[in-house]
Amino acid sequence: MFENIGDIVLLFWRTLLALPQAWRQRQKVFEQFFEIGNASLLMVCMLSFFIGGVIALNFGPALVERSLANAVGGVVGLAIAKELAPVMMAILIAGRIGSAMAAEIGSMRVYQEIDALRTMNINPIHYLVLPRVIAIAAALPLLVVFSILVGWFGGAVVADMNSHMEIPFKAFFSDLKDLVVFKDVANGVFKSFCFAIIVGVVSCHQGLTTIGGPRGIGRSVTKAVVNSIVLIVVFDYLLTRFLMQ
Amino acid sequence: MNSPTNSSNNQAAGVSLVVKGLHKSFGGQKVLDGIDLEVRPGEIFVIMGPSGSGKSVLLKHLIGLETPDAGEILINGEPVGSPEIAAKYRMALVFQSGALLNSLTVGENVGLYLTEHRLKPPAEIDRIVSEKLEDVGLKDVMDKMPSELSGGMKKRVAIARALVIEPQMILYDEPTSELDPVSSVIIGNEILNLKRRIRVTSLVVSHDRDLAFGVADRIAVIAEGKILTIGTPDEVKNFKDPQVQNFLHADFKRES
Repeated sequence: MFENIGDIVLLFWRTLLALPQAWRQRQKVFEQFFEIGNASLLMVCMLSFFIGGVIALNFGPALVERSLANAVGGVVGLAIAKELAPVMMAILIAGRIGSAMAAEIGSMRVYQEIDALRTMNINPIHYLVLPRVIAIAAALPLLVVFSILVGWFGGAVVADMNSHMEIPFKAFFSDLKDLVVFKDVANGVFKSFCFAIIVGVVSCHQGLTTIGGPRGIGRSVTKAVVNSIVLIVVFDYLLTRFLMQ
Repeated sequence: MNSPTNSSNNQAAGVSLVVKGLHKSFGGQKVLDGIDLEVRPGEIFVIMGPSGSGKSVLLKHLIGLETPDAGEILINGEPVGSPEIAAKYRMALVFQSGALLNSLTVGENVGLYLTEHRLKPPAEIDRIVSEKLEDVGLKDVMDKMPSELSGGMKKRVAIARALVIEPQMILYDEPTSELDPVSSVIIGNEILNLKRRIRVTSLVVSHDRDLAFGVADRIAVIAEGKILTIGTPDEVKNFKDPQVQNFLHADFKRES
């Protein structure tokens, strides 16, 4: 992966330079946006509900035992908003959407469709990369907002129904509101925006550099997902550190 | 490569092409070893040679998809490579596989150049697309997906897509590979038709002997990255080099 970092940064830079073309590519952006949303929304909701539930289940009883029942809402709320929703959703999107992007662009590369675009003086970055990166950068933060809300709801349901906690729904959200501020949610959403760009650029880069036949496409898909996840985790730390200042 | 133009529908006359001392290596392996050739305006020039002889790589250099290690390529006497020259001349490549975009319909594929460069309004693009498809003998395929077409139809759609650019030179990469004899003849006739109708310069890379001798004004035989001979079909047939003769007359050995 590290030998490709320079190329990935270069592709990101070229995509930024292509931004003035975004309006011309708006139809493709909308198509990609709805594809990402449709493919992921149900999965995002399911995953987030259970993540919220399991966080409440793990921390709730221990906190209640130490007479800290009023901290459960805050702990679950913060964990989901600042960390779990952005990271888990980015990983989910890397697996679901990043892999599809790398496979589609990779197969276009292998079957000379990208060469055909070049012979027609159509820039593959404008035509393929830009709409995908914009769509994923718009869709992932939105999905993360959904994820945070559903995750909180999942945590609240479990905290209410679990016999070791029995924290009423209303009390859970009141406690959550005491600890979680708008900035915490905004930070999580901002992180997800950065992760979306990582997934989009890494996956498109992997697709554009695919060589060989079907095996090459398979290799590109695997590398797109693995490299995206590694970079998400590394950037998660760096961004969290930066946002703490 | 082509730059978008708002040119009229009038087809410009074909251009000349000169290749001088072209060299290219991949990973230390010489693929093109000093290629020299000249293609005259409006002629059909066929480059023949066995698989792996460097034909397709040569074609990619001509359209700008590869950069040579040494040598130069001149179109109408001007070196290719600079954006000004690319903008001045229109060249199209018909890929061996057709290279149609599988996610687009046939109509969208053929009109892609015009749509992406916003050269015409949508209704006008539809009219041009249907006209170009009819030019290559295809009707009622505009809304089909490339996966629904036969190999021969895909190649004809690829030719229609090339025609939309209003090219002054069309490069064909193995236009009859994987086609049955009837489809091969249809494609060959299409190449001849285009020469007659729009006086486009055609450069065909192929190892199909029937196609080469059926359509070519002149033929070059290439092997191991070098040109062995260039001449009219008769001159090439009578060329006494054993490699050329072996390529032209290779046949099965059946016991009578």
